[in-house]
Amino acid sequence: MATYTDTQKPVRAERKARVRREAKPYFNPYLGGILLGIVLFAAFFITGSGLGASGGMNNLVVLVEDAVAPGHVDRTPYLLGIAGGTKNPLDSWTVWMLVGVAAGGFGSAWLNGRLKVETNRGPRITPRTRWMMALIGGAIMGYGARLARGCTSGQALSGGAVLSVGSWAFMFAVFGGAYALAYFLRKFWN
Amino acid sequence: MAPFPISLAQYLGHWGSYVVYLLIGIGFGIALEVSGFGDSRRLAAQFYFKDMTVLKVMFTAIVVAMVLIFGASAVGLLDYNLVWVNPTYLWPGIVGGLVMGVGFIIGGFCPGTSVVSAASGKVDGLFFVLGALVGIFAFGETVGLYENFWYSSYMGRFTLMDLFNANTGIIVVGVVLMALFMFWGSEQLEGIFGGKDVKAMPKWRYGAAGGLLALAVVVMVIGQPTAADHWARIAPQKEAQLAERAVQVHPGELLSLLYDSHVRVTMLDVRSESDYNLFHIEDARHVPLADLFDVVPELQAQPDNTVTIVMSNDETAATEAWRTLESYSVPNAYILEGGINNWIATFGEDEFSRISQSTSTDSLQYFFETALGSRYPASAPEARAIEGLEFPSKVELQIKRGPIGSGCGA
Repeated sequence: MATYTDTQKPVRAERKARVRREAKPYFNPYLGGILLGIVLFAAFFITGSGLGASGGMNNLVVLVEDAVAPGHVDRTPYLLGIAGGTKNPLDSWTVWMLVGVAAGGFGSAWLNGRLKVETNRGPRITPRTRWMMALIGGAIMGYGARLARGCTSGQALSGGAVLSVGSWAFMFAVFGGAYALAYFLRKFWN
Repeated sequence: MAPFPISLAQYLGHWGSYVVYLLIGIGFGIALEVSGFGDSRRLAAQFYFKDMTVLKVMFTAIVVAMVLIFGASAVGLLDYNLVWVNPTYLWPGIVGGLVMGVGFIIGGFCPGTSVVSAASGKVDGLFFVLGALVGIFAFGETVGLYENFWYSSYMGRFTLMDLFNANTGIIVVGVVLMALFMFWGSEQLEGIFGGKDVKAMPKWRYGAAGGLLALAVVVMVIGQPTAADHWARIAPQKEAQLAERAVQVHPGELLSLLYDSHVRVTMLDVRSESDYNLFHIEDARHVPLADLFDVVPELQAQPDNTVTIVMSNDETAATEAWRTLESYSVPNAYILEGGINNWIATFGEDEFSRISQSTSTDSLQYFFETALGSRYPASAPEARAIEGLEFPSKVELQIKRGPIGSGCGA
């Protein structure tokens, strides 16, 4: 046993050094899915509700709005429910989960050598084009997420796992919308 | 049965409980990052059938969580009635989903993955997050223009079991089989469009698929606890509450709740239709005992600040109704103390005359010349009627599920 660990030692050190230089490969998708499924179950088991991302973003937007134009928030029924009167938009679990997502994403990327400032894009477009697409796509996505009362995590994942009909219909609609447009955008991605 | 969900605020304090959500968020962020969801190309490849990671990860996560949730429910560790199930607003959901699909293929992310992407240094992820914030802002400003649509096709807590009128276990097994079929199809597509060697994919995935299916079958065989099973488990505690009169609410407390803007009150009047027509409290709904089951899904989907109060002429039928509500885990359910008779004695003694010598239980003790329903002053007493009344406060709002619904939802 002792000789075994002795021979392993330099290998381990070497591997450690390699991590800093090149990124580790991603998990097998099914393994990643199992991990995500366990996190999703833990969320339901501990708190009674699932995961979410866009809800926290929403509260942050309203937080800024409330700071800039409190009167406006108090006059708009939809915003009033989040930040009207003495309500604090930060007093919501959605915000803290969102902070966790960012922290977890950062930590995991860092430990796996994937923390790097870069722009991922299709081979035929410039970074600037990619940024514009991300901005426009993000705006459409953000709008749609609120319209559908949830994003991919809050509706599709969480609602899907507890078998909500609306969440399943939503999920197929997301894939449908993306596949319907994918052909026309093929030059941007391939 | 262990209390479910754990009341975090009780142990950690109001703000302290958010630490738990922070930790869950960290787990969520890690799971997304290690799956490669920080890279927009990997996400977009899904829609060209080259790399089906998105579908594989999502559906694996859904079926794994589903089997664990219903497994925990089958053995009594978790109460599905208290789990937050996204309420169905069918058409806003479908239209919003299509819009999101368009945003997905243009922008290359969904909101959660864009946060992970931005946090791992990807500039396109950062732009997407900014865009999403703009879109969310735009929604808040424009939803007022079509609010009717946004609230349309509401179906409440509507599950696949309700849709197919099938047993939970069958649906669970069916969803697992569907997912496995989709995984098989995805791998074939990856072989054709992505040039991947399906044979080189790890063999352990067959074992995992078999294990998951076996677990789903076990969940089906055990079956989900019925309302009667649930009641059997909670009965000692609940009967003690009844005996201690911890859940019988004085008419004065009910009236003060009706005037409390922080609390929503749902009143269920379980008496006969004729008694209800003679007199009832304003806004009380007539739900005969036999029909109580039909309103349960609606009661379960109510916001957390809702108090449900059942009432009959005295307390007999109302107590029966309360037991039913408890067996379905309807949160914050109470009984009107002394029923409608006590309500009238408290707020309308001068208005009506008492029927003398009425001995039958749970019958109306007052005489009505006409059936005016709730058009009596005593049906909606003014707030000052509470003055001078003495009563203990028994209603305690218990937030039994994750506060205010889903992470993205309403």
